[in-house]
Amino acid sequence: MLGKLTLSAIPYHNAIIMSGVGFMVLVALAVLGSITYYGKWGYLWHEWVRSVDHKKIGVMYIMLALVMLLRGFIDAMMMRSQQAMAVGSSHGYLPPEHFDQIFSAHGTIMIFFMAMPFLVGLMNIAIPLQIGARDVAFPFMNSVSLWLTVVSAMLVMVSLAVGEFSQAGWTGYPPLSELAHSPGTGVDYWIWAIQISGIGSLLTGINFMVTILRMRAPGMSLMKMPVFAWTALCTSVLIVLAFPVLTVTLALLTLDRYLGMHFFTNAMGGNLMMYTNLFWVWGHPEVYILILPAFGVFSEVVATFSGKRLFGYASMVWATIAIALLSFTVWLHHFFTMGASANVNAFFGITTMIIAVPTGVKIFNWLFTMFRGRVRFTTPMLWTLGFIVTFVIGGMTGVLLSLPPADFELHNSELLVAHFHNMLIPGALFGYFAGMTYWFPKAFGFRLDERWGRRAFWGWLIGFYLAFMPLYVLGLMGMPRRLDHYANPAFQPYLEVALVGALFILGGIISQIVQLIVSIRRRGETRDLTGDPWDGRTLEWSLASPPPFYNFARVPVVHTRDAFAQMKEEGDAYQRPDHYEDIHMPRDTGAGFAIGVLAFVFGFSMVWHIWWLAGLSALSILAVVVGRTSRDDHEYVVSADRVAKIQKQRYRQLASVSVVVTGEDDHRIAAGA
Amino acid sequence: MSTDVMSLRYAPSQRHTQAETVDNAAFGFWIYIMSDCVLFAALFATFAVLGRNYAGGPGGKALFDLHYTLGETLFLLASSVTYGFAMLSATAEQRRRTLGWLALTFLLGLCFIGMELHEFYGMIAAGHGPQRSGFLSAFFTLVGTHGAHVTFGLIWMAVMMAQVSVKGLSTPVRSRLLRLSMFWHFLDIVWIGVFTVVYLMGVMT
Repeated sequence: MLGKLTLSAIPYHNAIIMSGVGFMVLVALAVLGSITYYGKWGYLWHEWVRSVDHKKIGVMYIMLALVMLLRGFIDAMMMRSQQAMAVGSSHGYLPPEHFDQIFSAHGTIMIFFMAMPFLVGLMNIAIPLQIGARDVAFPFMNSVSLWLTVVSAMLVMVSLAVGEFSQAGWTGYPPLSELAHSPGTGVDYWIWAIQISGIGSLLTGINFMVTILRMRAPGMSLMKMPVFAWTALCTSVLIVLAFPVLTVTLALLTLDRYLGMHFFTNAMGGNLMMYTNLFWVWGHPEVYILILPAFGVFSEVVATFSGKRLFGYASMVWATIAIALLSFTVWLHHFFTMGASANVNAFFGITTMIIAVPTGVKIFNWLFTMFRGRVRFTTPMLWTLGFIVTFVIGGMTGVLLSLPPADFELHNSELLVAHFHNMLIPGALFGYFAGMTYWFPKAFGFRLDERWGRRAFWGWLIGFYLAFMPLYVLGLMGMPRRLDHYANPAFQPYLEVALVGALFILGGIISQIVQLIVSIRRRGETRDLTGDPWDGRTLEWSLASPPPFYNFARVPVVHTRDAFAQMKEEGDAYQRPDHYEDIHMPRDTGAGFAIGVLAFVFGFSMVWHIWWLAGLSALSILAVVVGRTSRDDHEYVVSADRVAKIQKQRYRQLASVSVVVTGEDDHRIAAGA
Repeated sequence: MSTDVMSLRYAPSQRHTQAETVDNAAFGFWIYIMSDCVLFAALFATFAVLGRNYAGGPGGKALFDLHYTLGETLFLLASSVTYGFAMLSATAEQRRRTLGWLALTFLLGLCFIGMELHEFYGMIAAGHGPQRSGFLSAFFTLVGTHGAHVTFGLIWMAVMMAQVSVKGLSTPVRSRLLRLSMFWHFLDIVWIGVFTVVYLMGVMT
């Protein structure tokens, strides 16, 4: 009836895990309790859970990312403290099987449930506003993507309390991840969590490709798009091309584990290097999926806060495209030690070096944008500057690792750990933080507190250097990655410094939490009444903060790059349109949430071999999809009258802060349809 | 600024039409098909790597009956033609005819799936199941994934037949028929690849 699931699946004998579970349950109860206490269930259900509004979906994505960032960071703290003490006769406080779960969970969470939701959240909030669209191309599918991602993250969280998580690393290489070597449910949790979220990501990729390619405002040719839209487009293309490979790879591993097939087994004609190849055919583009949107954020931030056009727009675009294409030609550098011939390794070594060229182009573009600009050192700008300096160091160690002979020495060492954290923390995460600070006023109508933002930045930056520079040294000293215990006492001082670095990052994270609280409490002082708090250059800043649910009352015609900056220069940024029209908007629906919940049930029952429930939930998903697609009333009409009323308030607010509004005051309202 | 540019400050009309929604959906579906292409590419690559790993078990020559597979293939190819006629009837707004062609397509697809399942059953009963070798794992997964797609297409077709009879050939219904047709023809093309790479090349060695 319940498959492999019994009460013994709960690890009640492990005090560390149980205190984690207890904390998780307490937080969950506190959240649920306060929602009930304040009577917000209805609000939550109608305004958020059922919402297909891209802005709200974006906010929910980022909330998920921040929660999972905390979880992933707790894992990191546990690893750092274990490694700082587990030398020689001391074995630290984590047994090996627990430590292995922690580093597997840390990687999985940070990539799939922190970075992915964060960047998709930023794309959701900004892209339709930047290109002059009312929503994404497929709003319902957007809601499905969100809930698939959320429930997969919940699957990882549940694995803490019921059963265990994978011990095979975030990459899940066979033969370790095969049933013979990992008989528990850990690998299955890992498989189903990223399989389900991967499908959500694929749908997101399709959605944003169509949105960006087909729903831009009239006049906005591709080469007039904001750079963030370009990077989002390239990321979406990469998602569409790369994620199916992950789906296949995981499915084949699933077949090995569930049906005894022989794709990646040692014997019976399996080929385990096939897994490694397939995984990285997805995995390397994934790195650029994570990093390109952050590059887009940096481009927007640098141009805005330097008060200039972005330097070398065209080269920035072509560099982005080049990176996207090249990302499919370098996957083998993740395993030069596979035993491919020297020629194969040389090919992939060279492509890897080449990919540094377009990246270098971008760095120079950002530097030249700042050159002779009036740079304002706000927090988004600080994240950008911290990124530029730090990322270049990581890039250089990447070129070092791209040399196959050097890689043979450094493969699987702490130097590698230092390198990819050096790329992804400044390259991706700092960019997401910059984007969050940058677009926060757009989403909520008030700015984030600058002082706590600066503290958070310095905590993260100093912490990053302290935590990861010692790992470079340790790698050169020969320390392998993923050690729960080591014999060489010479490693210890460096690991202690790394722990101190992690504590600085903790300070940064606490500052960010305080920043959120302080900003919400003092929102009266930082309210954004114009909708343009940073003197922005692109269309999203022409709207109110937060924008009305239909975004654009009338879709503007775009004549130049940085369209809004141009309109402001001409003194015509806030022109009343002569009339309004009816607007068609997508109807909210709970179907996306239902599909998410059913996908969770499906994943959970597959993990525990509860076949009847898995079948039932899969059929229910099919039923919901069929039911949904058999209805034709997915849209409703917002009357021109109602739009006029909302817009009138907007113009009154603009006038109250002495913004020059052009155009007539009275409106002839043309009935639509 | 001259007045003619001023007058172009806002798009003349931003009402999005039904046709635009249909186009977006079709374009999105093209992109989905592209991603499905990548999915099959990964499976073909896996088959190419594992396709000769018999592990002492039977190879393609012993297992495949090309005449049988040809029959299977003809059913599927014919179903693509009949779906084409269904689309022509739908464009001509002939509801009954559309339903007839859809039903015929459904039947042909069902025959294809039936033959495939029969082939699978025979192999498994003879002890040549997917657990036997890397080659057979790759075979069952590649062919089976195509079969699962066809099965899903059949379910979709059944839903569409119901929609055509209940709602008639409305714009949304025709838009869905268009996407199903893209899906159905795509599966044909993939099958040509399967037939060539798995069966034809399989009996050669």
